[in-house]
This record gives sequence, structure tokens and C-alpha cells, in this order.
Amino acid sequence: MSGPFGTEQLRRLTTLGAIWLVLLLAPLWMPPLGLYTALGTRVLVLGLAAMSLNFLLGFTGVLSFGHAAWFGLGAYATGMCLKWFAASTPLGLLAGMLVGGVAGGLLGALLVRRRGVYFAMVTIAFGQVFYYIAFQWLSVTGGDDGLRGFERQPIHLGVATIDILNNATAFYYFVLVCFALTAAVMGFILRSPFGRTMVAIRENERRARFLGIPVELHIWIAFTLSCFFTAFAGGLYALVNNFADPRLLHYSQSGDFVIMAVLGGMRTFWGPLLGAVVFVVLQDYVSSVTVNWQFFIGLLFVLVVLFFPRGLLGFLQQRRRA
Amino acid sequence: MTQLLLFDITNGLIIGAFYVLMALGLSLILNLSNVINFAHGGFLVIGGYLAYTLLPYLGFWGALIAAPFLTAIIGLAVERVLISRVYGRDPLYSLLLTFGLAFIIEDGVRYIWGAQGKPVGIPEFLSRSLSGELFFITGYRLFMVATATTIVTLLFVLLRYTRIGIRIRAGTLDLETVAGLGVNVRALRSLNFAVGIFLAGLSGVLAGGQLGLEPTMGDGLLMPSFIAIIVGGVGSLAGTVLGGLLIGVASGLTAVFYPSASEAVIYVLMAVVLLIRPRGLLGEEGMLT
Repeated sequence: MSGPFGTEQLRRLTTLGAIWLVLLLAPLWMPPLGLYTALGTRVLVLGLAAMSLNFLLGFTGVLSFGHAAWFGLGAYATGMCLKWFAASTPLGLLAGMLVGGVAGGLLGALLVRRRGVYFAMVTIAFGQVFYYIAFQWLSVTGGDDGLRGFERQPIHLGVATIDILNNATAFYYFVLVCFALTAAVMGFILRSPFGRTMVAIRENERRARFLGIPVELHIWIAFTLSCFFTAFAGGLYALVNNFADPRLLHYSQSGDFVIMAVLGGMRTFWGPLLGAVVFVVLQDYVSSVTVNWQFFIGLLFVLVVLFFPRGLLGFLQQRRRA
Repeated sequence: MTQLLLFDITNGLIIGAFYVLMALGLSLILNLSNVINFAHGGFLVIGGYLAYTLLPYLGFWGALIAAPFLTAIIGLAVERVLISRVYGRDPLYSLLLTFGLAFIIEDGVRYIWGAQGKPVGIPEFLSRSLSGELFFITGYRLFMVATATTIVTLLFVLLRYTRIGIRIRAGTLDLETVAGLGVNVRALRSLNFAVGIFLAGLSGVLAGGQLGLEPTMGDGLLMPSFIAIIVGGVGSLAGTVLGGLLIGVASGLTAVFYPSASEAVIYVLMAVVLLIRPRGLLGEEGMLT
């Protein structure tokens, strides 16, 4: 179909509109379904982390299994900034993003030549370093008890002050704005020539190299950007809980992010968010029903790998094409 | 001080021997099947608990032999039914699959045997220490090291001189060619997996005798095994042995001077090795990287 709006483009716009409408109206439709707004906020933040990981995993094809480290670093740095330096939410988030992103970028420089399984292994192992630091360094991180004693601060907008601490709905919208900004940046990068090159490397690294693309540099930049986004999500997560926990840095958290991305659809932009919705709601439900919830989460991993390797959105796309 | 140093070095060697057993199994599976077995710690726990269950019927020695074999059989079944389905696919899927399996095993063990720790009784003569001076060297510790050494030697001999061993090593280098030469790669991978799981089961029994059993005990041993492989060099079994002993001794020595860093030091070691020699100490260039 010709004209300014082809069917494909129209469908894309409708989908995009629907997603944002659902997200914007969440505080309205969630309570009648028996869900609480804070759960929506949590899903949004974890979904953002999964999307940030997928920026690397799904679009560059680099298998990082240690992204919890950057998520957790972001959370701790945000918490510490709020606790010790300044009672300012934006400053805390900025600190979280910088600390996690810079640490990820430095480590990334060490790893860019590794690929596949080996890359995964080294990222897991290095990720655990930060877990041990958070776990052992009692005086600074609070050890196993986690980092406490900070609160998200009201946002001053010059003319008005938004109380995101006590008003759950206001906080949800604050997180949604952060989410939208990050998603927009990610989408912009993916549509840029740089983003296209990432996909080219994913599809055929050797050919990309022959075309003269500096593959290592691209992978390093993609990795670092992904770490920045993830750390930003981590900072938001610290605000969600007013608390940072060493388990945020553990490799099982990385596994959660990867399964969210795969469950929703690795090859799609919005897939990880859908994956996060399903995963978090399911985990919330299962852990309230049985103490053996880990068993069922494990089962979910196995079932997704065996029967849903393309994820929910990938499955839908495949059906539409067929 | 000398005694303390000696204590920590022996301790480090014993821990290192453990890491070696665990890491060798992981390394075997990684080399031939390109699968990082996250569930390896889970199989270790299964081995330990099976020994605990079998102990009243078979005694310590019977359980020591039977439990690893049973674990290997369970591993074989898991490989046939689940893991073999993701061979040749993006390594992401095998990672997620074994990751899920690790959860399932941990919770399953907790469900069957309970969350509380369980002891594995060892023969009385092994639990005595050798002398008053060297009070920390119990017979059991020597026995653990001896067993690990024997098994590792045996494994290397098998890999070097038997037909199957040679095929496994050849498959590590070039599986396609091995398949092209008419070797049943499917069976080879299954057998190789079972051997790896056998080693995990054996480590479980040995660890149970020293530390007792807990459903989560595999978790703490998994990461050091990863690091042993990375430090030693992916693709090299001798490297894995070296890596395991190295990080064992390093963490033992650090325990003397700065106990709280004894776990962190192995990561530092890994970072240093990766900086100086990215392929690992004995790794070949181009292997799996």
C-alpha cells in the first residue's frame, strides 16, 4: 500500500500508541485487577534493565551474563549518593548511572575480544566480584543486610515540587518519564547507522569485519552503553525500594534479566518489557503460593528454552508472517 | 606462624583439589559440547545427598563408589532428555537451560531431604589427626587429596591412551571432523557429560564428609570452578588443574594475612591473568574465544 502511511507503518504506530497508552494509564487499570501501583513501578524498572541488556544481547548478539553487576552498582551508587552526599534524586540517579556505566566500560575494554560462551563465563565471574565486595565490605555497603538509610527525595521543578516519596502514583509517573527517556535514547541509537552496524555484527561478524567495520570498537561501545542504561535502571530500583541489596549483584539476577529478554523476545525492542511483566507477576504470584517457588522459576527457564526460544513477541511475529 | 602458614597452604591445596575435581567436569563438558553447565553445583549436591541416603546400607566406602555412579546416571538422563536438545544452538540457550536446572535441583533437594544440613559419617580412623604437632591434617583430608589425585591421574590416562579418550580430545579441537570420520558424536557427548557429572558427584561425597551437606553448597563451589577454567585457559584440561590448585593456594594464603579477602583474591588473580595472558595460562589461542 502506498501513501504516507503504509500498513506496516500504521501497524507500528498503533502498537506504539497502545503500549504507551497502557503504560500511561497503568495506575488506573491496575488497582481494579488487584495489582498495586508499586508492582507496576517495579516491572517498569526491571523491564528497563532487561531492555538495556537486550540492547547488547539481542541487537549486537553479545552474550553478557553479568549485567546484574552494573544494575547493582547503579543501585548502590545511587543509594550512597543519597545517603552521604546530597539529598537529591536526580543527582543520585546520575551518580548511579555513571558509576555502573564507567565500571562496565572499563571491564568491557578487557573483554571485547572474547565471544560466545567464553564472554558469558568471564562476565559472570567478574560480576561476582562486585557481589562479594557488596557482601563483605560491611562498613560501607551494609553487607548482607544491604544498604539502608536513604530515601528518594521530592523532585523540584522550579514552579512545583513533586512528592515521589509518599505518593505512589506520582513516583510511578516519575519512573515512567525516566523509562520513556531511556527507551527513546535506545530506540534512537538502534535506528542510527551505529545501531544498524550493531545488527550487522550480530548477523555476520566476519563480513562486517571485511567491510572495514571496527568490530571490537562497536562491541565495546554497545557494551558500555548497555551498562550505562542498566546502571540507570539499577539506580531507579534503589529508589523503588529505598534500599539496595547484595543479591541485586548476584549472577542469578543476571539470569533473571536474560530470561526476561528471551521470554519476551530477544529480537524485538519491546519484548524484554513484556518478558519482565510476565516474569515479575509470575514470580510474585508463585512465591506467594508455595515456598518451592524456585522450582517453578527453574521450570519456566527450561520451558522457555525448549518451547519458546523466540519469546512471546517473536512467536507472534512468526505467526503473523505465516 | 610457620604452623599457621602450613595450615593455610595445606588448606589451600585441599580446597584446590576440590576445585580441580569440580572444574575438570565442567571443563570436559564445556570443551566438547560448548555448554557451560550451571547445574554442575546441583549435581555435586545430588551426589552428596545420595551418599547420605546410601550410607546406612552400603557404609562409607560403598556410598563413596555408588553415589557418584548414580549421579552420573541421573546426569546422563538429564543430558539425553534436555541438554542434548540445545546442542548446536546459541550458547545462550544452554546457559539458560542449565541455569533453570540448577534452580530445580536445589529446590528439589530441599524438598526431598529438607533444608537442614545433613552430616556424612566418615570412618573413625579417617577422622583422627595424624599427629599432635600437625593437628589439622586429618586422615580424611589426606584421603580427599589422594582420591582427587588418583581420579585426575586416571582421567588423564584414559583421555590419553584409550580410544574414547582420544576421540573426546579430538572432538574438543574439531568436532565436525570427528563426526565426519564416523564417530557417533551424540554418544560421545553423552558419555563425556556423564564423566563430568561423575566427577561432580564424587566431589559432593567428599565435600559432604568434610563439611556436611546443605542444599545450597554447590553454589559456592561453582564460581571458583569457573575461575579455575578461565585462569587455566579454556580448552586445556591441564590448565584447569593448574588453575584450580593456583586459586586454592592463593585463597589459602590470603586467609593468613587478610581473611576477609580470601574469596576476592581469586577474582583478582583472574583479572591479572586475563590482562597479561587473555587466553589463560595454558590456553591455546583461538579456542572457544
